[in-house]
Amino acid sequence: MSEGKRARIFITCLVDFLFPSVGRAMVKVLRHYGVELEFPSGQTCCGQPAFNAGFQGQAREVALHFLDVFEDSEAVVSPSGSCVAMVKEYYPGLFSEDEELKSRFDKLASRTWEFSQYLTEVLGVSDFPGSSSESLTWHDCCHSLRGLGIEEGPRKLLHSLEGADLRELEDSRECCGFGGLFSVKFDEISSQMLKNKLACIEKSGADCLVATDCSCLMHMAGGLEKTGSGIRTRHLAEVLAGALDEKAAGLQQEPAP
Amino acid sequence: MKVRSDQFSRLSSEALQDEFLREALARANASFQDARGDAVDSMPDWEALRQQAHEIKNRAIENLPEALDAFEKNICSRGGEVHYCEDGAAARDTILSIIRSHDGSSVTKSKSMVTEEIALNDHLEAAGLSVLEGDLGEYIIQLAGEHPSHIIAPAIHKSREEVAELFHEHLGSDPKADIPELTRVAQRTLREAFLGADIGISGANFVVSETGTIVLVENEGNIRMSTTIPRVHIALVGIEKVVPRLEDLALLLRLLCRSATGQRVTSYISFISSARTPAEGDGPEKIYVVFLDAGRSRLWADPGQRAALNCIRCGACLNFCPVYGSVGGHSYGWVYPGPIGSVITPHFVGIEKASQLPQASSLCGRCAEVCPVKIPLPDMLLGLRAKAVEAGSAGIVERFSMRVFSLLGRSPRLWRFALACGRPVYKLVARAGLASVLGGPLRRWNRSRGLPLPQKQGFRSWWRAETKKGDVDD
Repeated sequence: MSEGKRARIFITCLVDFLFPSVGRAMVKVLRHYGVELEFPSGQTCCGQPAFNAGFQGQAREVALHFLDVFEDSEAVVSPSGSCVAMVKEYYPGLFSEDEELKSRFDKLASRTWEFSQYLTEVLGVSDFPGSSSESLTWHDCCHSLRGLGIEEGPRKLLHSLEGADLRELEDSRECCGFGGLFSVKFDEISSQMLKNKLACIEKSGADCLVATDCSCLMHMAGGLEKTGSGIRTRHLAEVLAGALDEKAAGLQQEPAP
Repeated sequence: MKVRSDQFSRLSSEALQDEFLREALARANASFQDARGDAVDSMPDWEALRQQAHEIKNRAIENLPEALDAFEKNICSRGGEVHYCEDGAAARDTILSIIRSHDGSSVTKSKSMVTEEIALNDHLEAAGLSVLEGDLGEYIIQLAGEHPSHIIAPAIHKSREEVAELFHEHLGSDPKADIPELTRVAQRTLREAFLGADIGISGANFVVSETGTIVLVENEGNIRMSTTIPRVHIALVGIEKVVPRLEDLALLLRLLCRSATGQRVTSYISFISSARTPAEGDGPEKIYVVFLDAGRSRLWADPGQRAALNCIRCGACLNFCPVYGSVGGHSYGWVYPGPIGSVITPHFVGIEKASQLPQASSLCGRCAEVCPVKIPLPDMLLGLRAKAVEAGSAGIVERFSMRVFSLLGRSPRLWRFALACGRPVYKLVARAGLASVLGGPLRRWNRSRGLPLPQKQGFRSWWRAETKKGDVDD
């Protein structure tokens, strides 16, 4: 199904700076499906920090650079719902006064995918060939859920893992309180929202919290660390890449028929 | 009403310390959310209906001037009188002179946020009139000398004990009265006031232009009282409340009731098209509609923000907002709290007096998801943030960092250099626990959240080692 598919990966500043293992895991999973990957090294950021703070001129400059780097891609895939939502939802609107540019951004938007979306909607994966020995719980990141409509896809992938133990997360659609600069501009409100989220995570009884966005994961992981919780956090790509590894290790241990 | 929206940070910080308030909000929001959820689940075509409602309101607002003219013509043809007021002062004066022209002295009011906007009660009381709020929640906060903290549940921040204490103090009831008893006490007091009032003041949920009808939605019956018993009925109405056709209401009322309280329909819905006719036994002798602009035309003239006028004031965006749910309505410092408040307050009172409100959102998007008329609230908050930056309200540090950010963002070499330098510095800060010493954003982050340690090998160097054919430019 994925024969001959090519994609350029956008590794987001946060993944590049703090969580490169998420990028590596995404590469591993996509390559497992035979997708030929390119990493344009001229990539920087999607411009969301400026855009969300109201600096639209600056966001436009960064968006133009993004267009420059990714325009002629067959597909752009990124392990972040919020950065992808920036490209798909907000880039075209930033150039609404320039028809030619807007149509180029529209085209770019139609070819840009969040990792789990690409996996389930473009590659058509519903059964993931791997296993997991941890109990997992799923948080719906706001921009993935409400911006991109990602809800069932990742759950199906996790459910399909051999030995999957996916626990319900109460209020999984509720924001963790991150919101970019909101988390430091209004840190008390952000922390209250985080506190509510952490209580639900603890209640789930899972070993590991899984989501599609490193920013939200960083926020919740930071909270779990402060409260001394033993619950781990992992990006969906890491769980899937790990599942491939577990499967491979399992196969090696099995006696030859 | 006095604007304190520029103090959002302080007010919200105080509210967060109030454990009772947080519990009350959590309880109220959970029950509002459940009720709405059940009501929505019972309508399989909910999304299609939202889209229809969105289109109805869009059209209504687009044709606002014509719709207002038609309404005026129709209600006036049956003896109603219509006034247009540019601001709160004009509306207050108009209402007072109407009351004086009828020698009115006692006013009963039905719940109305727009009267809060113009601080009508204070003005009328200062002019020597007696004013009584007829809605139970409004009555409670009137006794307490406060303002509503929620669009449809004004006293949501008050506990039963506080209300019992308040009624004991003002009405001499049992200080330990339970809720049914408190309701009876209020009912007795209010009923007498309704019977003796000569002026009834209401807001309006909708006004219909093709029929010249004022539409009022409620559960307690106080609006029916205020608009039926007194000699004169004055409706103060925001100009955005007009819808062109009566049949539009079939949809809008369904969405309003379900989104607000989860009810299929409220206990009372009043359609008022004229004063008492000779054939009728009840009703006022005269009806006035006072239309208030107060910033709405300004909002109307702004294409990116005009959709905020589509709001039908159901309060669902508050009930689902995690920020409102943490800090409560009073933190927003003016009449309208929550996401819709953060959008319209800057337009109504001036962005310089409410610049914090559009910032105070994680942009999680739940408000837009539940809005029955599909107002894109997060996009409008983003639009307001951009306006604030254009108006020069961002601090020098933020302006400078955004410049540096965009410079780096379009120069790959500088970007890589900055990341390469930044990583060891950040590592040192995170390892040595310097965040709290350094202050600023890192410190604010670190109060409740640990700092992640960067992993050993960055993605770029891993990719370089992993593959040589990867780079397509550079």
